[in-house]
Amino acid sequence: MSGIPHDHYEPKTSGQKWLHNRLPIVGLLYDTIMIPTPKNLNWMWIWGIVLTFCLVLQIVTGIVLAMHYTPHVDMAFASVEHIMRNVNGGHFIRYLHMNGASLFFVAVYLHIFRGLYYGSYKAPREITWIIGMLIYLMMMGTAFMGYVLPWGQMSFWGATVITGLFGAIPFIGESIQTWLLGGPAVDNATLNRFFSLHYLLPFVIAALVALHIWAFHTTGNNNPTGVDVRRTSKAEAEKDTVPFWPYFVIKDLFALGVIMVVFFAIVGFMPNYLGHPDNYIEADALVTPAHIVPEWYFLPFYAILRAFTADVWVVMFASWITGGIIDAKFFGVLAMFGAIAVMALAPWLDTSSVRSGRYRPMFKWWFWLLVVDFVVLMWAGAMPAEPPYSTISLIGSAYWFAYFLVILPLLGVIEKPEAAPATIEEDFDAHYGKAETPAE
Amino acid sequence: MFKKTGIAALVALSLSAGGAFAAGGAGHIEDVDFSFEGPFGKFDQNQLQRGLKVYTQVCAVCHGLQYVPLRTLADEGGPHLPDDQMRAYAQQFEVYDEEIDDFRPAKPTDHFPMSQLETAPDLSLMAKKRAGFHGPYGTGLAQLFKGMGGAEYIYSLMVGYEEPPACAPDDMEGSYNAAFTAGGYPDECKDEHGKPTVPGSWIAMGQPLWGDDVEYDDGTEATMEQQSEDVAAFLMWTAEPKMMARKHAGLSGVIFLTVLSVLLYLTNKRIWAPIKGKKTS
Repeated sequence: MSGIPHDHYEPKTSGQKWLHNRLPIVGLLYDTIMIPTPKNLNWMWIWGIVLTFCLVLQIVTGIVLAMHYTPHVDMAFASVEHIMRNVNGGHFIRYLHMNGASLFFVAVYLHIFRGLYYGSYKAPREITWIIGMLIYLMMMGTAFMGYVLPWGQMSFWGATVITGLFGAIPFIGESIQTWLLGGPAVDNATLNRFFSLHYLLPFVIAALVALHIWAFHTTGNNNPTGVDVRRTSKAEAEKDTVPFWPYFVIKDLFALGVIMVVFFAIVGFMPNYLGHPDNYIEADALVTPAHIVPEWYFLPFYAILRAFTADVWVVMFASWITGGIIDAKFFGVLAMFGAIAVMALAPWLDTSSVRSGRYRPMFKWWFWLLVVDFVVLMWAGAMPAEPPYSTISLIGSAYWFAYFLVILPLLGVIEKPEAAPATIEEDFDAHYGKAETPAE
Repeated sequence: MFKKTGIAALVALSLSAGGAFAAGGAGHIEDVDFSFEGPFGKFDQNQLQRGLKVYTQVCAVCHGLQYVPLRTLADEGGPHLPDDQMRAYAQQFEVYDEEIDDFRPAKPTDHFPMSQLETAPDLSLMAKKRAGFHGPYGTGLAQLFKGMGGAEYIYSLMVGYEEPPACAPDDMEGSYNAAFTAGGYPDECKDEHGKPTVPGSWIAMGQPLWGDDVEYDDGTEATMEQQSEDVAAFLMWTAEPKMMARKHAGLSGVIFLTVLSVLLYLTNKRIWAPIKGKKTS
């Protein structure tokens, strides 16, 4: 499967040969688990395993929860309380599922920013990147619909606000919104279809994860230097790589173990810290909460959505040039989806020939500013939509787009990169080079 | 590295933006040292029983606990009433039974009744749904470090009935409460931006606890503060009845995973040693 030369699975016994000639599944698993992996991967390369674990955790806990949950507007809220009070271990399984979503997004954001820093999106890994972005979109959809299921106040009003975004699309928006909701407003039909899709999408994600892994197993992993593994011979490739098993499996499991300690501490000791208390109030279509706030992992994009109000000049300009078809609301929706779209286009917007940010002196600064920008947007998204927060959101949104649309293309032209090591082996030895100088 | 930068940025921002929230309308929440705070905190069984008494004799006149099964009063990690006491307690409530099309005394498998007064909210989850004062400045730090939550809110509401502020007109409906922010504010108590200048607002519920409203079986003096603390603790239990089981499971998980992580660390170190050390050829 991989382009890096390595030993392939050889069936030995007659039984193994019999199976291998009919279904080479053992060979597939062997090649996947023994794939040559750059030996200089650092601790930012652990998030893939964490994310895979999260997906499994969410599916397993989710299936158990679905056994006790009732997707009906009159019973959903009570059925969650039933899980919390009467189902054996139900309270813990629900809190695992609830906080598992948060862990999932912590991991995916770190995974994405790792890719942005080390240029993992660049050729030849564009497809891996695009599939990753699709997974991220699916995750957002799944998490959003999952949040509606407990049928609390934030569930209901979050669903109302977010589906309302589709209503902002000119001409066809309202029809789309009605079609999504299954009626004129968020109601039983909405809850039912969200439950159905919330159960379905994780399996679509699982399939996309398989493609994601297949894609980067074909190109090989990126690594902190961005330098390719030497592929001319097996002997040379082996100087740059180690097999995934056991070296990275054990390393990743260790990292997962440490993360799980923190995760279990949060689930055990403060499971509602990341949630919104209003969601313990049953949904009421007649009472609008004072502040409708999405879950923390949506906040940066929620801030971008709200940043573009009617008094911002780009919005006025867009409105004027389209004869009012693009109003502030629709502009916000376009900006929110556009913020993710520009990220997906990073492979073609980044003009630098150097892959890893480690050897790009100017890029580093802009990258870390993007990280700060992301955190600022997350905070601004939780604040009320009024000055000074709206201004902060607007500046933050502007930088987000500028980073992808202006800075990445320009940097490749004006920046003078530093010299990257010639091989992965060289980088690795520079780090662990003590053995090179013989002790006197 | 990523995380640290994020938290630092967040803290810096929160501090600089602080002024906006410090004014009125925030509600005054007292920090109470409840026995159930922190990773090792436990419900005080005696306190829950006292709180049950306050609930039964005062709150239950109007409010219900529709999600709480009566049998759970006998559960460990809760008030832990003896079985016969729990059964006797259940019988005081009348429930409608569809099968006999009539009312009958409640059985342990029934839930507490719903609110008797239509406008009185159900209290089952009150301690969780009122945990939302994420102060200071929306950071959630008070919740994180002081263990402040819905129980503190309930306590503060119970002791928060005060003389109305001077700015208020005499004909305000309801009672002024320093902890309550969900009510209306008269225009006289707002600044030029429409923000309230007083911490609390007006609540429809009259002051429920005054002191000596109940007589405690364990001889504890039933001051207003004591009763408020007890009923707040009881309502924390009704909102989160499995808190102790959850903390126990969380702690087991943390200990088990720590040991596992240490073993994996040592394994990792050992398998990588030859890779990292075989530089001389």
